[in-house]
Amino acid sequence: MAEKEVLLKVEDLYKHFPIRKGLFSGSREKVHAVDGISFEIYQGETLGLVGESGCGKSTTGRTILQLYRPTSGSVFFEGEDLAKLKGEALRKKRRYVQMIFQDPYASLNPRMTVGQIIGEPMEIHNTYKGAEQLRRVEELLELVGLNPAFINRYPHEFSGGQRQRIGVARALALQPKLIVCDEPISALDVSIQAQVVNLLEDLQEELGLTYLFIAHDLSMVRHISDRVAVMYLGIIVELADRNELYATPIHPYTKALLSAVPFPDPFIEENRKRIILEGDVPSPVNPPSGCRFRTRCQYAKEICAEEKPEFREVLPGHYAACHFSDELK
Amino acid sequence: MSDLLQVKDLETQFRTREGNVHAVNGVSFNLKEGETLGIVGESGCGKTVSMMSLLGLIPVPPGKVVAGEARFEGKDLLKLSNEELRHIRGAKISVVFQDPMTSFNPVLTIGKQTAEPYQIHHNAGKAEAYERAVKYLELVGIPNAKERMNDYPHQFSGGMRQRVMIAMGLICEPQILIADEPTTALDVTIQAQIIELMKKLRDELGMAIIWITHDLGIIAGLAHRVNVMYGGYIVETAPVKSLYKEPQHPYTLGLLGSLPRMDEMSYRRLVSIDGLPPTLLEKPTYCPFEPRCKYAVEKCRYSNPQLSQVEGEDHYVACWVNPKTGKEY
Ligand SMILES: Nc1ncnc2c1ncn2[C@@H]1O[C@H](COP(=O)(O)OP(=O)(O)OP(=O)(O)O)[C@@H](O)[C@H]1O
Ligand SMILES: Nc1ncnc2c1ncn2[C@@H]1O[C@H](COP(=O)(O)OP(=O)(O)OP(=O)(O)O)[C@@H](O)[C@H]1O
Ligand code: SF4
Ligand code: SF4
Ligand SMILES: [Mg+2]
Ligand SMILES: [Mg+2]
Repeated sequence: MAEKEVLLKVEDLYKHFPIRKGLFSGSREKVHAVDGISFEIYQGETLGLVGESGCGKSTTGRTILQLYRPTSGSVFFEGEDLAKLKGEALRKKRRYVQMIFQDPYASLNPRMTVGQIIGEPMEIHNTYKGAEQLRRVEELLELVGLNPAFINRYPHEFSGGQRQRIGVARALALQPKLIVCDEPISALDVSIQAQVVNLLEDLQEELGLTYLFIAHDLSMVRHISDRVAVMYLGIIVELADRNELYATPIHPYTKALLSAVPFPDPFIEENRKRIILEGDVPSPVNPPSGCRFRTRCQYAKEICAEEKPEFREVLPGHYAACHFSDELK
Repeated sequence: MSDLLQVKDLETQFRTREGNVHAVNGVSFNLKEGETLGIVGESGCGKTVSMMSLLGLIPVPPGKVVAGEARFEGKDLLKLSNEELRHIRGAKISVVFQDPMTSFNPVLTIGKQTAEPYQIHHNAGKAEAYERAVKYLELVGIPNAKERMNDYPHQFSGGMRQRVMIAMGLICEPQILIADEPTTALDVTIQAQIIELMKKLRDELGMAIIWITHDLGIIAGLAHRVNVMYGGYIVETAPVKSLYKEPQHPYTLGLLGSLPRMDEMSYRRLVSIDGLPPTLLEKPTYCPFEPRCKYAVEKCRYSNPQLSQVEGEDHYVACWVNPKTGKEY
């Protein structure tokens, strides 16, 4: 493979949310939403980010964009640490990193027309004005497969899939390089999901975009991603090329997660053996000592409660955080 | 095996400001003893309304069952009084809803709510119902069930609440359990737990299940037979293997094609179904899928096809065209 250029480099990123219990209690408790993660995203690739509800996927995305400021750690975008930038300098850089949200309705201002919604970032960043802006909005509408004649309509006049297209058009308004897609299709019907995924793929090819694609639908993540990272309780437990991750997962959590996904094929389902995990995900306020997965792991040994497993490269390009990676690979 | 439930020509409408919504347009199917019937289709196609119509659970007004018959134990459910239906609901036919949080009373303990159906339907004393509730909570895998009887719903996780809902649905050992997307809000590892549990209980208790979902993966591993719904109609019905191996209706083909598969090693562009689901504001005199159908012929525009038998035994489809040949049957 040719030398890959790193577009985004996340280093030792933490994001904790303090919990305010009583008005006067000086509680030190906090949600360990993102608890020390490191990864890179290469120029032009799609990195999938999967994991169960509450494991920190959205927080990761938002912290990359500096919508949440990190508790500690760095987010290098084109070599510059966004976590260290402020004000105008941050705004200038941030236009190249955009986000698409899960709920295509809640994320669009109901009192603005489609034209205003897509034009807004151009206003803020002073890129296009007046007639030029109008032309650019029409261009974007066409690009995402919406009729430019809809420019004066309001979000409620569109279907879910169309609203998600508006969200995509707005994210594209400033010619971004990286788009964080936070569950962009979860709220859509199956028949509409494929439309949006195909659109994202087409745009990537046309515009050379890079995606961080967050989702809990593991089949869709596999479809759209080049590499996939698996999160559990605030940390990344495994990261690899998507074919390798799905065919030969190393981490016991990844194995269980993949075995839980139902196949749309009764002939395969008939003979499938599942790894059924016991119990629930522990609270991110007091994550388990050592390995976070040990309370549900069938391979757990004493060391797993005592020492945090290192997130290391077990096979070329294949990272996992488990004390027994070498035995399990 | 004999038919437990026979539904014929069920039609349900809602009066709304925009006009009459034709939610269910003549649905007929049989459910055999011990059979698991899957009902799939996208949002708004009438899955929930068709089942709730059978049990007198749709709001009247605006809703109204305008036609049909539903034979169960020699009686027509649609003709029973509310009082008579109350004896059947929760006892002989029970329902597990999609959203366990809104189906619970937040101020009553888990124990009280689990015991309630048994107390009502079996005239049981408090102590007896309580004991039975513990037994069923244990059966669905609530650890320390006895100690947790006095907990409130908010003290349970989403997966545990869904288990309690299932315990409530099972406590009277019904002949039919209607499960309306009981795992849609859950993570895939918890979903796998619940589905394994349902399979086990089904085999132990011998009940029939109607499982409503939009997830073709879940149905593949669970159902014996599947009804595919579109626009208030059943457009295809077949034994599960026959449906996935030889899908006949263009909508079913589209749905299966729009799903990425975890076992695909090379990239395949997803098939998307263009256009939008119908508004249901009229009862069509044409094929309801016609506006989105790639196979449509002239006839589809003026005549709505009925279910008729194709391809092997027990496989029915409502379509004028054989998608394999592209020609009319
Ligand atoms: N603004 C906030 N304040 C306090 N806690 C938060 C905040 N945002 C997220 N959290 C907590 O941080 C943890 C991670 O949340 P996050 O939304 O990142 O999860 P997620 O992986 O995106 O989950 P989902 O799949 O449900 O979207 C959760 O425990 C959540 O409750
Ligand atoms: N109370 C109501 N008033 C008016 N219309 C209703 C009402 N309840 C349902 N409908 C309409 O009836 C149709 C069928 O709805 P139904 O709830 O059966 O869909 P569904 O297939 O269960 O969808 P979902 O997957 O979203 O649960 C929809 O078009 C819906 O808008
Ligand atoms: S470190 Fe131990 S507990 Fe953690 S995943 Fe590996 S074997 Fe399981
Ligand atoms: S009847 Fe015609 S329009 Fe309807 S699904 Fe068949 S081919 Fe398509
Ligand atoms: Mg999220
Ligand atoms: Mg429903």
